[in-house]
Formats: sequence, structure tokens, C-alpha cells
Amino acid sequence: MRVPMSWLRELVALPSDLTTKQIADALTRVGLQVERIESIGADVSGPVVVGRVLEFIEEPQKNGKTIRWCQVDVGEGPRGIVCGARNFEAGDAVVVALPGSVLPGGFEISARRTYGHISDGMICAVDELGLGEDHSGIMVLPEEIDGKPVSLGADAMELLQARDEVLEIDVTPDSGHCLSMRGIARETAQAFGLDFSDPYAAVGLEETAGGYPIRLDSPNCSLFTALTITAVDPKASTPLWISHRLSAAGMRSISLSVDITNYVMLESGQPLHAYDADALQGTIVVRQAHEGEHLVTLDDVDRELSVEDLLITDDSGPIGLAGVMGGQTTELTATTRNIVLEAAHFDAVTIGRTFRRHKLPSEASARFARGVDPALSLAAARKAACLMVELGGGHLEDAFTVTGSVPAMPSQRMRADLPAKILGAEISSKQVVEVLKASCVQVSEESDGWLDLVPPTWRADLVDPYDYVEEIGRKLGLELITPQVPRATAGRGLSFSQRSRREALTAIAEAGFVELITLPFISNDELDKLGLASDDQRRAVVRLANPLADTQPYLRTTLLPGLFSAVVRNTSRSQDDLALFECGSVFWANGSAPAPIPDVSRRPSDQEIEAVTGNLPDQPRMLAAVLTGNWLPASWQHPALKADWTHAVYFAETASAALGLRLVRRAVANAPWHPGRCAELGVQTADGLVVLGHAGELHPTVVKAFGLPERACAVELNLDAMITVAPRGGEIAPLSSYPLTKQDVALIVDADLPVEQVRQALIDGAGELLESIRLFDIYTGEQAGEGKKSLAFAMGFRAPDRTLTEAEAGVAREAAVAKAGEVCGAVQRA
Amino acid sequence: MTTSKSAEQGPNPLDVSQVMSRVDAALTAIAMAVSTAELKQVRNDHAGDKSPLALANRAIGKLEPGQRKHAGQLIGQARASVNAALAARQGELNAAELETALQAERVDVTLPIEMHPVGVLHPITALIDDMCDVFIAMGWEVAEGPELESEWLNFDSLNIGPDHPARGLSDTLFIEPASDHKLLRTQTSPVQMRTMLSHEPPVYIVSPGKVYRADEYDATHLPVFHQLEGLVVDKGITMGHLKGTLDHLAHAMFGEVRTRLRPHYFPFTEPSAEMDLECFVCHGESIDNPDLDCRTCKSEGWIEWGGCGVVNPRVLAAAGIDTDVYSGFAFGMGVDRTVMFRNNASDLRDFVEGDIRFPRSLQGGAR
Repeated sequence: MRVPMSWLRELVALPSDLTTKQIADALTRVGLQVERIESIGADVSGPVVVGRVLEFIEEPQKNGKTIRWCQVDVGEGPRGIVCGARNFEAGDAVVVALPGSVLPGGFEISARRTYGHISDGMICAVDELGLGEDHSGIMVLPEEIDGKPVSLGADAMELLQARDEVLEIDVTPDSGHCLSMRGIARETAQAFGLDFSDPYAAVGLEETAGGYPIRLDSPNCSLFTALTITAVDPKASTPLWISHRLSAAGMRSISLSVDITNYVMLESGQPLHAYDADALQGTIVVRQAHEGEHLVTLDDVDRELSVEDLLITDDSGPIGLAGVMGGQTTELTATTRNIVLEAAHFDAVTIGRTFRRHKLPSEASARFARGVDPALSLAAARKAACLMVELGGGHLEDAFTVTGSVPAMPSQRMRADLPAKILGAEISSKQVVEVLKASCVQVSEESDGWLDLVPPTWRADLVDPYDYVEEIGRKLGLELITPQVPRATAGRGLSFSQRSRREALTAIAEAGFVELITLPFISNDELDKLGLASDDQRRAVVRLANPLADTQPYLRTTLLPGLFSAVVRNTSRSQDDLALFECGSVFWANGSAPAPIPDVSRRPSDQEIEAVTGNLPDQPRMLAAVLTGNWLPASWQHPALKADWTHAVYFAETASAALGLRLVRRAVANAPWHPGRCAELGVQTADGLVVLGHAGELHPTVVKAFGLPERACAVELNLDAMITVAPRGGEIAPLSSYPLTKQDVALIVDADLPVEQVRQALIDGAGELLESIRLFDIYTGEQAGEGKKSLAFAMGFRAPDRTLTEAEAGVAREAAVAKAGEVCGAVQRA
Repeated sequence: MTTSKSAEQGPNPLDVSQVMSRVDAALTAIAMAVSTAELKQVRNDHAGDKSPLALANRAIGKLEPGQRKHAGQLIGQARASVNAALAARQGELNAAELETALQAERVDVTLPIEMHPVGVLHPITALIDDMCDVFIAMGWEVAEGPELESEWLNFDSLNIGPDHPARGLSDTLFIEPASDHKLLRTQTSPVQMRTMLSHEPPVYIVSPGKVYRADEYDATHLPVFHQLEGLVVDKGITMGHLKGTLDHLAHAMFGEVRTRLRPHYFPFTEPSAEMDLECFVCHGESIDNPDLDCRTCKSEGWIEWGGCGVVNPRVLAAAGIDTDVYSGFAFGMGVDRTVMFRNNASDLRDFVEGDIRFPRSLQGGAR
């Protein structure tokens, strides 16, 4: 809502020493947030005055233009000014920007040579003064403005009432009454404790017989008033005070009658519609649209109507979309002299749905959708009609129509101490009553501390007791509240899963990975580029009904494409050594049933709760990383260490270790990884192996398709699944203080045998005394033999209760070697 | 016998002056030693098995028993003074030689080191953790829920009726088909409703997480961002408790700053307010001050931080909570926005475009 201060001050007797800023602050304090104070005309400075064109000579130019060399009097005798426009006569009053003045855009005026003359100023067009967009010619002033003759040399901006300040107020959806000067003025008066005289106080609704016939056939119109004005001069122009206020409020001037309806709407909050009375045919009927009906609205669009649309019709059919936009057949034209003026009250929800359905937001529909004062229509229509008479020379017919009624406002009971209890402030019941009365609420005090409340017609937002509490809070000021920290019940800290997640992310970051957050939208193309099979879990996409970009209509099923995009962004900015990770939800369609919309007046049934909370796609939280370039670049300490599959595994093991998990790995082929360099990551549980994710080098085709650096590596883990299998505690075995006995063993095995199998066989064979085992060398070459490799393990043995002898350790070692021989065909290296 | 003869004829090793001169010679040699190696030789010469004092000591055994005591004292004192001097000199030389050795081992401690790459959490993650910790310390708990949510939990149950404009396709991202009533949550408030449906009051929770809007993507808008919301439902809860909680959070995060409530409207709270944070950089001193331009609050003195209010009884009723017994408050703020003003970040797109310099820019600062 844009509120010109000149208008506000006209409606409320605000002390002149109260600044606009102070008024804005007061409105903000009562919930009418002033977003901005705009100064109109402030960008025009210096001498911009009224002048009269004494005479001019037309001079054709070589460029084909004809200029006028004018003699203009601004009260100091003639001065020469060159003007390009030709829409004026000698003797016309015009606006002259004299040398030294500055026009909008920082345009400085000086006497300068042009077209062979010294032009001593500029004759201004409307747009050059920032007063509108009109640039069809210069601005020709009338001899009188609002009854006062124009005088040469007078400040034109002052004369045109072109300077004003405008409050830009963010009116919240519950404050429909503040979408009007009337409402803002009332709130302003209340904020400063000033009297407010309502220019639209409700008037009696007794109609006079013989008005335009109206019939209401839909409950969505509670009241329809129609006034008839005849013999309006279609050529009458809109006075400046109206056009300026319209423009300051953000509306364009169209014609006197239309401008008056808009002006009264801005002032009162009641949308009005003017029909060409001669185009109307028979009774105006307000009804719901029929299936398949059409209407050509004022904007020349042929609209197919819905049965939910409320229509204004006459014998010819639909003539307007009620409260939203009028129809073409009955709109005012340049020759309209007779007008039927509609001021009606339509249902807020109906109008809201219609303007959204037809995408027709308008000043009128915005007001109806937020609730218009249902008792306002006749007073507003009268004001508009009077202006048409006064400014357009029309005649207001005595007979008028009022059909329908003003519904009673709902009464509510509230305990007088509720505001103090809810706001946490000391507020007496006397204050409560005072404030509500000042807000025009009818208050009946009952003996037992209850108040019986009926809101004024313009306050549809006052329904529940808490609505009245809010009204008290706004009007008394929220500064009244005494801050107090609530004493919470004993909390249990982060949940196991929250703590686990935090520990895993911290460990990963500390291990050298940089966390990113990417947008979770993907395309089919990206899934194709990953090389996913059609039955892959990651193909179970969830599609958005209204995606932000048609190119990425799905929610991500894997974090990898987002990370790949981040890699490309970084490498394009010469950041090539990357270890990036993200933790976030992915979305897997699971064929879940639609979610219900239970009634909200009560707690839903257990089945309903189950359905609203549970009928959703799977959305596990995943943890993924991508590595490119060097893990460590070359430095004085060491040569460059390339990021490879081991760093992807390192990521997984770091996260797992933070959760107390020990991963087991085996080679698998799984997109989008290199088939020979992909580890399946899992943990052994009582129920067997649980697969948690994959790590390795990416498939070269994938690397190429996504434009990644060669040999890029990646890992993706299901973090939720990891936390599910993570141990809640664990055991700490007694620590033996006896010495460790070390034994090394070198085994020759087939070159393609996974080391883990050998290691596991050694562990199984060595028995209880084995405390540690570490692979310290892999050798392939002549001494190992063709197709073989030699694996060297350092084994540590320790007993809980004694010092082991070399012989005992030797026995355990031999048992380990024997097991490796049996399981893996390992032969001890000579 | 030659030996006894020479012993008789040569200087008497137990002669006092003889002993004293041996001691003097030893002390001089000890003082002259400039390295532990030299001192070792001196020790050998003057205190070793074959040194004159050692020989003299041995000679005591050959004396008459009556003379032994005196001679023993003499030699004992002499040897003690020599040994003490040796020990002292040894200590000095050890220290000097260690010092020299350490000086020789000097390194350039300004050399850049890189043991492993330097990682970091995203500023959003770090801030959410920090904010949650403030509430955990107050005894609250952290509640979480799915990002893809049912429409009822995101809207209807929160008193956002079917005709609310935010429910349109232009504001909310719906899952296809929209008739399934599923969407990407536009706020973390569905978590509050989930909590109220699954827990009896009292409820003291914060819910951080990702939220989605069909918003434009530019320097000040993201279609995906993060919120942290709080909810309390208990007996006797007032807007004063809300204010007290917000003040506490502001103090914990920004030091001694005030908060301010401005009346506003939200469907799920009544009364509702917008919450402003006093500028923690200029504390309002930049207002109307041409000499002080505050980037953080744009010289307005206050920073819009979030929305809040008393939980609308209609919302409690939808969760089956007895509104005659319980009342509550709720608040919410944008985490991304908080990082923006806290760290003077200028472009929200940097939060999600993945340039590693963004998370790294707060390394060592934010945490």
C-alpha cells in the first residue's frame, strides 16, 4: 500500500511538527511496516517555474526536424528558448526549467547554444519532470489549477502539487482494512491518540424505488448497491489532485470517471465498477458462472470461466468477473455519458480463487481477497457519484438500488486477563477495554471477568480470542513485554544419530575434505551419463510438478552429479586439486500412496497421522565425495601425491571410524565407477553383510561425460544406514601389560588374489594370541615367480597373562601360515 | 727392593704439600679442559686408576694403622675436591656442547607445511551446529524431519488454509502429481507439527534444515536455503518467554545486543512479530551518521532476523493439544541470511555453487 503523506494529513489532523519519519515509525510499531519513504519531486531542484509562450518562429532543420524558437515570459520579460515540441500555441502557459535547475536523472539545465540560438532554459514535458510517462509533447498548463489562476514565475512543482512523500507500507494479509487511506488514517490517528472522523461512516441502506434492477443469485455476493449518474461530460479532465494521488499510489490516470472510482477505492478500500448505462441490458444478476461460459475482459482476453467464478451478468450474458475485472461490452468509452456505479461486497475466498485462476491480480481483487468492509459499499458509491457530479458535471439520480444485507459480525468471549497472560506483560483489564474500544470493537464487560466482543465491520481479522490479544499487543506496543528465559525440562542433548552425523562430518572435514551444499535437482540426462542401469535404485526418481528449470525436473537420487558440477565450476576457476564432499538427502520414489488432508479442527486419527507422516518417498541422508588432481601438491617436503581410489576409501573409513564402524571391502562393478577400481563398502552385522556404499575411481566414460579431470575418484555412502548399524557402545578389553612378540611372515600367493583374503586367513589361523597384523610390503618380480606376488606381514602376538616365549609365538605364526596355505594356497617365501 | 727403595727415596705420595700440589694440578687441568673429550682425558690423568691421587690412596694401605686415619682424610678430601671440580666442569661442558649442537640443528620454522589437505565444514553446517548448541545448553532438543513433506504438515495443520497464496505453484515446489499432496517443505515447521503429534507437552525443540521455495535464483534469493526454527509448548508460556529466548540466542551469538519485536502476521502464530537484531557491529551508531557507513545493517541499526509469535491455538488444536492448559511460542530465522550478515557475504549464490574458496574463506575464523 502506497500512502501519500499529503492525503494522510488531510484525513488525520496530524500535528505539523510530526515528521514523516516519526509517523512511519509509529505505523511500523503497530504492525504496518513502512518499508520505504519515497520522496516524489525531490529529484527536481532549482528554478522550475510557470512561463507563458509569447510568440515563436518555426525553423526547419537540416535533419528534417522543425524546431520552434520561442519567446517565453517567466515574469521577467521575454527570453529565448528552443523547443522541439509543437503541441502548444502562443499564449499557452508552460513549465520552464531555468538555467541552474536540475531535472530527474541529474539533468542540469544551463543556457546553451543549440540550433543556432542560445536557448535560455527548457520547456518541459511531463516525463522530464518525473511526473509521468507522457512524452507526446510539452506540458501545457490550464489557466487555473484547482480554482487558482496560474501566475508567471511561480514554482511549478508547488503549483502542480508534485512534491509529496509516500509511505510504502507492507500490509500483512490479515490487515485488509489497511489497504485503504481510510484504514491507514484510522490506525495513524489511534497511534497518536488523535480523533478520527470516518469519511465513509456507514450510512443507512434503505434504497429508493426505481434504481437500476439488481438480483443476487449467489451467496458469494452479500450486498450490491447501484447508483446511476447521468450526463457526465466525457471530455471532463481529471483534476491534478486526483491524478497526482493516483500516480503516487501507483495507479495510472485513465479518464475522469474511471479515475474517480479508483480514487475512491484507494481512499475507502471499496472497489467500485462503472458501467456504461447505455450498454447495459436489463437486470444485473450476480451469479456463479456456468460450465463453458466465456467472457472477454477489459484487457481483450477471451476467458473460459469456471463454475467457481462469480459473475456480473445482464440480459446479454456475463458482463464482468465479479471483483476482479469488468467485461468489454459495458466498459466506459470516450463517449459514455450515463453511468451505473457498482459498489458490492463479494466473498474473499471466491475472489481470491478467481483472480489466481485467471492470473488477474488487480487493485480490486487484492482488496476483495483480503476482505473489504461489508458495510462500506453505499458510502463509497455515494462519494464517487458526488465527485462525478462535481467534476464531470453529471447528475446523480435520486433512485438507487441496495440489494442484500450486511452480515452481522461474529461475537467472541475473552477473559480480560488473557492478553496479560499471553503477552507476558502487565496489562490491566481497564487497558484492555480502552484499547479495544479505541479500535472500534464493541465491548460488553461481564461481571465474572469475561468480555463480550464484537469487531467493527472492517475488522474481519478479529475472530479468535488470540486475535484480540494481538490487537492489544499491537496497540500497547510489544516493548511492554517482560523478557524471561523459559525453564526447559531436562534435555538429553543431541540424539545418537545427530551426534554421529556431526562427528562423521567433523572427522571428514578434519581429514582434508571441503564440505559443499549443492542444489538437489537433476535431469535424466545426468542419470544416463552416470551409466545407471534401468533397474538401479538411483533411477527411481521423484518428479516435481513445477520444476524451477525444465532441464532438471527431478530430485536427486544421488549426490554425485551435484558434486561433479561443483568440480567443473572449480576447475574452470583453476582450482584443480579438489577433495569435495556433501551430506544431504536424496529422494527415491517408492510408490507411496497420496498423502491425505485431514480436518484441522481436531487431532487426526492415528491412521491419518501415519499417512501424513509416512506416505512419502524414501529420503535417506547420503554422504559423498569427489577427488581430483593431487591429494597433496608437490612441496619442499614431498613430491605431488595424486588423489586416487585410496583417498575415496580413506573418506569412507574416516567417516566409518567416527561412527565406530570397521568397513569391509570387496571389488564390484558398479556405475559410475571404473569396473576394476570400485570397492563395495559394507559392515558385518549379526544379520550378515550390510552394504553402505561404494568408493573408487570413476569410469573414464563418466569422467568424460561430466567433463571431470582424468582419473577423478568418488565415494558415496548411505549415512543413515551407517548410523543404523553403528555400535551404540562397544567393549574395552583388559589391557595386557606383557611384552609384544613380533613375528614377520612373507607369503607367495597368486597375483590376483585379494590381499584381504590372505590377511583374514592369517588372522583366523593365528588364534587368540594375535594382537596386530600389518601388511608392510608387496613384491612382484622374478623372486616371487610368474603370476605371483609376495606379501610381507608384520604380526604381533601377546598373551593376557604371561610373557610369550618365541616358541609359543612361532607356533601361532605357523598356524597362521598353515591357514593361509589352506585357504589361499599361500606358500611361505623361502 | 727397588720398589720400596724408590718409595723411600722418591717423594712421599702422602706428603701434604705433595698432595696439595697434585690437587692444584688437577684443578688447573680441569679448568683448562674446553670439551668433554678433553675433560675425559683430564679425568683419566688426575682421577683415574693410575692417577697420582689414586696411587696415593692405594699407598695408605701400606702405612702403619696409626697413620692411616690421617692419611685417609688427606687423600679423601683431595680426591673429593677433584671429583667435585670434574663434575662441575662436566656439567658446564655438557650444557655448552648441547647448546652448540642445538644451535646447529636450527630449522626454518616459517617453512610452509602441508601434512594433509585442509578441509572445512560449510559455514551453514557450522552455524547450525553452533546455534543448536545454544539451545542444547538450555535443555532443548533438536528435532528433524523429511525435506519432501506432506502438504497437510507443511500447510493445513499450521493454519495455512487451502486459499493461502503461498500454496500456489508459483511459491511452492510440489511433487508430481500435485494431487498426491506432497511437496518440498517451504519451512521447517512441519517438524514442529510432527513433534507435537508424537510427543506430549512440554515440548522444547529447535528444528534446523533445508527448505525450498519456487523463488528466483539471484544474489539475494535461493530456491533452496536453510532455516532454524524453535518451538516451545508448555504450561504458562507467554510472549515474554519468546522474547527472553531470542535475547538469549542473540547474546550467545553476537554478544551484548538487544532484540526488538515488530508486530507482523503469520498464520501459525497469533500474536505474530518480526524479530530485529540490534546491529552487533555499529550498535546503531551508524543511523543518520554520514561518517559511519555500516555494511552489516546498512546503517539502519537493526537487522531483520526472523519471524516469531505465540503459537496459534488452532495449530495446537490440530495437534490435539489442550489449549486451555498449554500455550506455546515459535520462531524461525534463515541460516543462510544469518551467515550473510554475520560474515558480510554478498552473494547467496556462492553458498550453493560449490567454489571451494567459499567454505574456506572462514577457515580459522568461524569455528
